[in-house]
Order: sequence, then structure tokens, then C-alpha cells
Amino acid sequence: MTIQKTNQNTTIDPVTLAVLKGRLEQIADEMDATLYRSAFNPIIAEARDACHGLYHAETGATLVQGTNGLPIFVGAMAFAVKAVIDKVAREGDLHPDDIFLFNDPYDGGTHLNDFRLVRPIFRQGRLFCWMASVGHWLDIGGNVPGNFNARATDSFQEGVRIPPVKLVKAGVMNHDLLAILAANSRVPVSNYGDLNGQLNALDLGVRRLTELLDEHGEATVAAAFDAFTARAEALMRSALSKLPDGTYSFEDYLDNDGVTADRLRIALDLTIAGDRMVLDFSRSSAPCAGPLNIAYSTAVACCYVALKHVFTDVPANAGCLNPITFVIPETTLLAVKPPKPVGGYTETILRVIGVVFGALALADPARATAAPFGTINALSLAGHRPDGSRWVMFSFFGGGLGGNPESDGLNHANNPISTATIPPVEILEAAYPVMFTQWALRPDSAGAGLHRGGLGAVYEIEALTAADVFLLGERGVFAPFGVAGGTPAALNRFVWQSDEGEKSPPLASKVTDVKIRDGQRVRLETPGGGGWGDPKRRDAAAVARDVRFGYLGAEAARGAYGVALTDDGTLDVAATAALRESSAA
Amino acid sequence: MSNGISTGAIVGVDVGGTFTDLFHYDEARGSFRTAKVPSNRGDEAVGFLAGLQSFGAVAELGSIVHGTTVGTNALLERKGAKVGLITTAGFRDVLEMRRRDRRQTWGLWGDFVPVVDRDLRLEVAERTLADGTVRAAVDPEEVRDAARRLAAMGAEALAIVFINAYANPANELAALEAARAVWPNANLECSSRILPEIREFERTSTTALNAYLQPVVGSYLAKLDNALAGEGFGGRFHIVQSNGGVMSTDTARRLPVRTALSGPAAGVIAAAAIAKAAGFPNVITGDLGGTSFDVSLVVEGQTMLAAQTTIDFGLVVRTPMIEITTIGAGGGSIAGVDPGGMLQVGPESAGSRPGPVCYGQGNSRPTLTDANVLLGRINAERPIGGKLARLDVDAARTAIATHVAEPLGLDVMAAAEAVVRIANSKMAGAIRLVSIERGHDPAKFAAVPFGGGGALHVGALIKEVGLKAALVPRFPGVTSALGCVIADIRHDQVQTVNLPLAGIDAASLDRRMVEEATAARAVVESAGLSVERIDLVFELDMHYIGQTHTVAVPLPVSVANGTTGVDEATIRAAFERAYQASFSRLLPGVGAKIVNLRTAAIGRRPHFDLAALAPAAGTTVEGAHAGSRPVWFDGAWYETAVYNRLDLPVGAHIQGPAILEQPDATTVIDPDLSARVDGYGNVIVERSAR
Repeated sequence: MTIQKTNQNTTIDPVTLAVLKGRLEQIADEMDATLYRSAFNPIIAEARDACHGLYHAETGATLVQGTNGLPIFVGAMAFAVKAVIDKVAREGDLHPDDIFLFNDPYDGGTHLNDFRLVRPIFRQGRLFCWMASVGHWLDIGGNVPGNFNARATDSFQEGVRIPPVKLVKAGVMNHDLLAILAANSRVPVSNYGDLNGQLNALDLGVRRLTELLDEHGEATVAAAFDAFTARAEALMRSALSKLPDGTYSFEDYLDNDGVTADRLRIALDLTIAGDRMVLDFSRSSAPCAGPLNIAYSTAVACCYVALKHVFTDVPANAGCLNPITFVIPETTLLAVKPPKPVGGYTETILRVIGVVFGALALADPARATAAPFGTINALSLAGHRPDGSRWVMFSFFGGGLGGNPESDGLNHANNPISTATIPPVEILEAAYPVMFTQWALRPDSAGAGLHRGGLGAVYEIEALTAADVFLLGERGVFAPFGVAGGTPAALNRFVWQSDEGEKSPPLASKVTDVKIRDGQRVRLETPGGGGWGDPKRRDAAAVARDVRFGYLGAEAARGAYGVALTDDGTLDVAATAALRESSAA
Repeated sequence: MSNGISTGAIVGVDVGGTFTDLFHYDEARGSFRTAKVPSNRGDEAVGFLAGLQSFGAVAELGSIVHGTTVGTNALLERKGAKVGLITTAGFRDVLEMRRRDRRQTWGLWGDFVPVVDRDLRLEVAERTLADGTVRAAVDPEEVRDAARRLAAMGAEALAIVFINAYANPANELAALEAARAVWPNANLECSSRILPEIREFERTSTTALNAYLQPVVGSYLAKLDNALAGEGFGGRFHIVQSNGGVMSTDTARRLPVRTALSGPAAGVIAAAAIAKAAGFPNVITGDLGGTSFDVSLVVEGQTMLAAQTTIDFGLVVRTPMIEITTIGAGGGSIAGVDPGGMLQVGPESAGSRPGPVCYGQGNSRPTLTDANVLLGRINAERPIGGKLARLDVDAARTAIATHVAEPLGLDVMAAAEAVVRIANSKMAGAIRLVSIERGHDPAKFAAVPFGGGGALHVGALIKEVGLKAALVPRFPGVTSALGCVIADIRHDQVQTVNLPLAGIDAASLDRRMVEEATAARAVVESAGLSVERIDLVFELDMHYIGQTHTVAVPLPVSVANGTTGVDEATIRAAFERAYQASFSRLLPGVGAKIVNLRTAAIGRRPHFDLAALAPAAGTTVEGAHAGSRPVWFDGAWYETAVYNRLDLPVGAHIQGPAILEQPDATTVIDPDLSARVDGYGNVIVERSAR
């Protein structure tokens, strides 16, 4: 809880401001919680792939976000609301009880699965602000169940695109639209349940916000919105001004676009000048044939995510972007137009976030975080049960976070773009005809460092009916990087059993339409995080413990860390000193 | 019903970090006594016995009920036992992999150390499928071998967790039996006997934390048992569980993880009982400590239970617990201005050492307590708790001037008031979270502060949240000890069933419910405390098929003549009622499913007449008047009357502004509020009649 200095351009009483900040965030939090609890698909209910907030009446800029909203949506929602504002500006006819629905990735979206509901909040006959809800629906048509089509070459192969349209017009639900949505999904009931969950959240949000506006009045709340934005901007400027001026360049690569084997470069030139920052991505690769492109709004949103992870004290609203200039030309894969495919956007934004971390590590090693594992590994297994009913198991998998100045990276974490929890094995086995044969940490998967990366994981799944397998992943060729002397983590690896023996994807980590028989297995081994700092300076006892715990092989202990162990696994102090001395020489 | 156990005096014992509070109740005479003795951290038995002896011969006591933080502290400070874990092949890392979460939404730093080291987690070949089919039977020799290896590595307790054991415990039970044959002590359990519920991480975490606590809680209870035996005590000795019910020490030794919130739960139970007797069945309890504010909701006299709680990142305990919401605002919360020019209060805290600036123990950054002192709300000459002679008001003023007033360009008194108001709004936020967010109208609720600090802030809570009133119990400091005496005996069980509702075999579900009820009832009966009756409560965790979260569905049935009489229509009606209460829309046409069956047996304790707490006749308001002092309210000083709270007679009416002082609490009555003393000695704070 905070209060604002009164010398700013607002007349709001500082304590009221603090109270409003808490109340408004609580409203967004409560909307998030309502959707998590009433959603049908586990990607919202368990993985929390959703977000709610309040947005500026004229600009759509983010005013208030919940504390648990999916980080990438926190950045992207302002663009979604702006898309509705533009539509209303073109067409007029806005009613206080309208609710817009859309999933258009190029018009303030991310990918086709993310359905936005945007509604106006009217007070005294005038538009006061916007309220929005976004959640990831399980399936919206296209060639691949779950829509992560690694081989899509245009948007039409990825699924059904809905531009901003009125789901509810002046309070009346458009059932024709619902029928169209239902006819275009493999799992219409799941989508219907999620839609109702989002409507539940909006209903509740309207109720809570109305109470708050009745209590405090529109002028006071509007003044508070301005103050929040000013505060976020001030905090961001304060953080930037502490970084040394200069241009810091960092590059990383995507393995391929799912269609050709060519690598894709993500290049950032980050310039600090006083309390301002320029993020210039001009040197990145051109738009690609496959689904690894992203729209401009998505690129800005993921930079916002990266900055929020580094400058954790800056509040989540539009003000923090004011001191930042983005240079993201349409000549790159980071600002594409329709119908370029964008279904693999998660992989691209993880790489963009990584290069922001990498460039900031050059500017200030004390804030450096080595690369997180950097791929969501969207894996679907789909088939038919003995009774003929269709099943689709779709999930994202975890890996290690990067070593950092404070600690080793976290083992088996979610990606920076999300706060998703993974569905339990027992829930998956109860819902789908699969049996996991391994769910374990992956030894030797972390980058070495004074603080090593977190470990990735091994997931091995046996299908209990015949199944089609789809995977959209990354980091099969280019490993998560270390910083400040730390080393890279292990590569992502995916194999499946076939009658001709074990196979792996011709294009690393991406595959569609693989068929396995019942009793055959797929195995996914995910990267850890990169290391931070010189591994030779890591506490030798910690290295010996990592070997005893099976995080690390004795060979790696010797090679990467210069730590020797005796035959019974205890630390060989003399041999370690000799090893480290010789490597230092 | 009565089971004929002796009804000598019963003593509730609440061992806190600094003091051990005791409440002695003579059921035959209807009279009570209280005692407060210093706690002896590390050897709690010393303070425990000293407290009991203050009531006379320990051998004369009928029963002792104990609220303990030994388990809580072992969890928070990571001082549990060395645990060995045996799992299904391929799954030894479930405990360490968690649910693939991270510490916070924003920021990627920080790691996680599980309570069982990886080399102490061994795997055996066995597998049960989700439908309960045993795909690979367990080999007892492989289990014995693993257990021997873990014991040889120094494990003091053993946990066995197999995948899908909730659906069929056969492999786990066989493994437990095999391990028992070679395990050197009694500290071993398997997950299906602790939590037969779907979700392997939550079950593994709960089972592992139970093992982590078994040696700690076991040796603590043994020490107390010995001490009591040495005094010739022959009565019953019981422990308060996190669910607010009482259990036998035998059950506590087997399921120590159920003591994780023992102490706070007892306080909530007492606050609920006191408020209900006073005519306030709907209350929000608030415990303001040094670093945090804990709130809990009581609706129609019933405490709310949460199915699980997270002790710390990655440490999940899934067992029904009184739902306590904690925010980082306490007396020691530090106030300061951040780089964006904003005043923050907490979550950083000076705790009790070094504590607030006014304690003079080395801290120079201002806290909430320092603001309360500067505003005159706390009596600097007579600090509560009795440890310090006086508080340093000047040091508090300097700290607030330097760290708050100057950076914000405010007058020092306005700055102190701002600190209190920010803290108030944080507390109000916590109350809103548990009330308005759950669909409850705050105008029907009263705040019940217990512990030392809450009563300082009740006025703001009434006004900011729109509460009906506040009720300050006559002895806020011994609320938890009183809760031990009046808590019911309770045993909770859960079983995952995964049954679609449409066309359900109700007779089969009925048999299961009766079996669960019989087992739960037996645990309550074996506790041996006198009870008036045993209630059986059934609740289903249900959802629409396709959802993963569930809603709690209370079933309006009980066991009579060996059956619950449950049927599909009853369940459906109960589900739709519960679902609609949580969300605005039912989903007609979508099937519903029962995920878990929850069963509780509650042994209702004999009625405790709280009127025993009321002040004796013969006191007067004038006699309680102890002078006045200036206190700062809403931007101005008010010369404010001060009363000795315990000397106020029943029926006393005090118009604010006023301060009511007693050894363990200070109640502040704002200028626009008034207070009255009810027939139980409670102070009721309300808006003044206009």
C-alpha cells in the first residue's frame, strides 16, 4: 500500500489514492480468481493463462492489472482494448451493455487461442473506462488440435480468426455468434465453459467497480488513474537513470520456423540515455514462412514482461512504457501483418525476452539473469478412446530458470511469460488414456556457473491408445545462454518410439502428425537455465552435493567446475585445488 | 451422549513465542482462572508445567488441551527431521518439481530446497493406473531394501508415496507393511493413509511434511507426557488441530502435519464462541502481531475451512485448516518512502527485536507502533506486555520526521496519521478479501480483535469496511488458551471418488459415506473427552465435467439407521445451490461430477457458559476513569478520557474519543464511535447514535 506525493499534477488526497490502488487491484485479482475457478480448460484453470484489468477510455492504456495476471497478457491487453476503441471510432454505436469478443492476433492479439472480451464502463452517460478479460481457449479449429501448428504457412491453417465483434449487443447475447464459435472447435463445450467463466469475471468486475465509483466518485477515481500512471513512469525513469549510458547489443537465435531449417536471428540494440531507453530490433531476421512470427503489439508486450522481471518494483501499468522507444520495423519477423502465421508466438517472445535480459546484463551485471530454458514445448497427444470418443491432451512443460546474482536458478519452473502451474500427472491420467513413465529432473541439463542454472525435466509418456503427436518447441539447436562467465544449458530433446526404433524430429523440437501405437512412448527432455558467473568460483562443496544429488555427473563436475571427487563421491580437496589452479593459470 | 470420563477441571494451554497463556476452567463450579508465564523456547515443557502448577496440584486436573506452535515453527524454520521418501519408479522428483511454479509473478530470482534431499528419495518398481488397476505389483523385498538404505543414511522418518494411490492403496499399504518390518522406529506412513486425494504433488508434500514433523512433534509430546506423568497427572491430554478441533495425542503423533496452525486456530474458535454468545454470529477475527495481520471469517458461528495452505514457497499442506488470511502489516511494519515518492508501510518489519524505534533496541526506521505512540494512541508510560518500562516518544518522532514527513513534505503529525491510515487500509483490504470477495455483506459482521494490537485499530475497520461493530473480548491475550478449552473434538477425512453424477449408484455412494463416517466417528470416540453428541458432516467436491477446480457442496444428510439416504436429486440440488453461490451462471446440459467425498466427525463439547468471564458487580464507570491525555484524531489533538478497561461495569457506556487500557491490550474509541460493556464483559464498539 502506498500514497502519492501531493506535489504532482493532481488534487487527490494521498491516503485515498493508496486506498483506491489497493481496492482496484483487488477487483482485478478477484476477476482473475473467478475465471480460474470457473474455467473448463486446464490452461486457464490450472495454468492461469488469463488476465483482467481496467483500461483508459480514450487510449486503451493499461490503468490497473491484477497481481496474478499472465505476464504476457499484462503487456498485450492495452493493444486489444485499442482495437475495440478504433472499431468504435470507425463505426460508432457503442452501448453501455455491449461486450466485444475477438481473437485477432494482428489487431491487439497474441495468437488465435487467446479470446478477449472487452466491455465499456459508462458513468453518467459517458464512457469512463474499459474493462477486459482474456483467456486461452483450448481449440479453435485449424489443422492441429490445440492450434500449435508447427508447419503453418498462413493464419488460415492455424484456426479461425474473429475480429472485434459484439458478442453482447445492448445487453442481448448474440447466439448466432456462439453457434459459429461452437461449429469451429474440436471442443465446443470447453470453449463455452471458458466463455461463461470470462463473463462471470466481467459481471463481478462491473459490480465491484460500480460500488467503488458510487463510493468515491468518478473524478477521484480518474485522478487516481492518472497518479498511478505518473508513479509507474517515475519509478521506471528512476531505474533507467541508474544504468550507465551506452548501447548494448545482444543476439540469440530460434532453431527454425517449422517449415525450413534456417535459423532466425533476434537481435537487440539497447540504448540507455539518461532516464530513457531505446529498444531497437531492426537487425532481426525477416518475416519467416512458418508460425514463429509475431505482431508488433506482441513484441512490445513481451519487452514489457522482460523489463518487469528485471525492475520488479515498477507497477504494472502503461506509465512504465513512457520512457521507452521501440524500433520494431515491419521488415522483421517481430511486426508482421496478416495472414503471416503467428501460432508459435510463445517461442519467439521467449527469445525476445531473453535478448532483453542479455543486453541488460551487459549494462548492469548486478541485475543479470542468465537465460531461462526458453521454450514452452506445446505438446499434444490426440486419439480415440475404445468407445470412439475423441481425446486431446495438450500441455506446456517446464524447465530451469537462469542462475542469477542471488541464487542458483529454480529447478523445473514455468516460463517468464506465465505463472502457469503444470497439471498433475494424476489429473492427466484420470482424464486421458496415457501413463507417464517418468516425471523427473533432468541431470546435467543446467548451465554451469558460480550460481548454476536450474534443472530442466524429463517427461516420458506411454499412450494407452493409438495417438497422433504434435510438438511445437525450441532450443533444440541453440541452447539457453549463460551470463557473466556462466555456461549454456543443455538443448531441448524430443524422441518417440516407432516400429522402426526411436525417432526424433527432422526439424529440432517441432513435429506434426507423428503416429504412435498404444504402448509406445514419447520422451521430452527440457533445457535447464544458463549459468551465472564463473563456474570455477562455485563453492566446491556445493558442486560435490550436486553430484551426490544426481543433478550433475562427476565428469561435468570436473570439466565445467574443476571439482574432483573421490571414488566414494566426497570432495577431493587437494585434487580440486590443483584442477582449479591449473585452469586459472 | 456422555462417555463417563471424569469432568475435573480442564486447562487450555497456549504456548506462544514469548509467553505461555493458560485458562483453567472448573466445569463443576463454572469458574475460571487465567495464568501467564514466560515461555521457554526449546524447552517448552518448563513453562508449560510452571503454568499448570500455578493452579495447584497438576494431578488434580481432569484434562489438558494444548495449542502448540512446535510444528509451525519447525516448518517455518526448516528444523524438521531427516526424512526418507520411497516413490513409484520415475517419480522421486515430484516433491522438488512442485507444480512448476515460481516464487512470485514478477522476478525470476530465488531457488527452492525441498524438505527431503534428492539422495534420500528412492524409487521402487510398481504402478497403479488412474482407474485403480494394479499394473505392476510392488515387491516387498525391494521396499525393505530401500528402507534399509534410507535408515542407514540417517533418515529418522519414512514417507511412502505411490502414483494413483488415491484410487487404490493396495501397493502403498503392502509397501508400508514391508517397510515397517525393517524400519527402526514408529515414524513411517504412506500417502493413502494421510490424504487419499488426487494430485500427486500436494499428496507427496503433505505426506513428506508429516514425516518431517513426526519426530519433532513426537518427542515434544513425549517430553510433555513425561513431565505430566511425573506430576501424577492421570487425565486426558489433547492437542488442537489446524481445523479448530481437538485430537488425541496419539492422533497428533501419527498426523502431526495437522497441527500446523494449532495455535491460531484455537484463537479463532474462542473468538467465534465469544462473539456468538454476545449476539454476533457473523464475525471477522483479526490478530495483529509484530509482522502480520491474520484475519479469519466466521459465518453463523461456523469457522471457514480451507482445503490446503502453503506454509512457504513449495511447502504445501493439504488438510482442512481454519482459513486464515495473512497480510504483511503488523506493529513492527516499517514505514518509508520509495524512489517513486510513495509512502510504503510493510511488508518489511522490525519484528519484536529490534522492534519499533520507541523500544530503544537499535532500530531507527519508523514502524506502525511508533506512529501509534506519537499519536498518543499507545500509552508510552505503560507499554503492554510489561517488558519495557516506558517507550521513547522522541525517538519515534525523529524517525517519522526523517523517514516520512520530510520526504513527503508533510507535518510530522500528519505523517504519523498517514502511516496509521495506510496500515488501516491494508487491514481493511484483508477483511474485504475474506468478506466482500466471498459474497458476504460487511454490514452484518463485527470485527473481533485478539492478541495485543488489533483493538487499537477497530474504529478504522468499522468505518472503512462498513462493519456493523467491533467486539473486544474481555481478555484478548488469553483468547487462544480459552479456545483450547471450548474447542470441539474433530476428525476430517477425504477420499477421491471421481463419480459422474448422472445415473450415479447412490446405494454404493451411501455405503462409502457410512464407512467413512464410521471410521471418523471412531477416532472422535477414542479421544475420550466428554461430548454431548457426535455430528457427522458430509461435503462433496464437485464440478462440471471438464472443469478442474471444484466447489465445496455441503450435503444436507446425516447417518441414521446405517444409511445417509443420499440420492442423485439431493446431490444435484446441493451442487447447483453451491455453484450458483460462487458464480453467476449455471451450465445446463453439461454433466456434473463428484471428485472427492469429505467426511468430518465432530464431538460437541459440553456448553461453556461464557458469562463466567463477566466483571464482578460493584464497579463503576467513575471508578474506572484513569485521567486523560491528548490523542491525535483526524488532524487535531483531542483531550481524551482514559479508562481501566477491566474495572468498567456491565452496561457502561463510553462516548469517544476514549482510550480503554488493560495489561494486554489497548482499545481506541474514535471521536465518532462509542463503546459499551456487555453482559459477558466484552467491549462493543459501534457508531455513535446521532
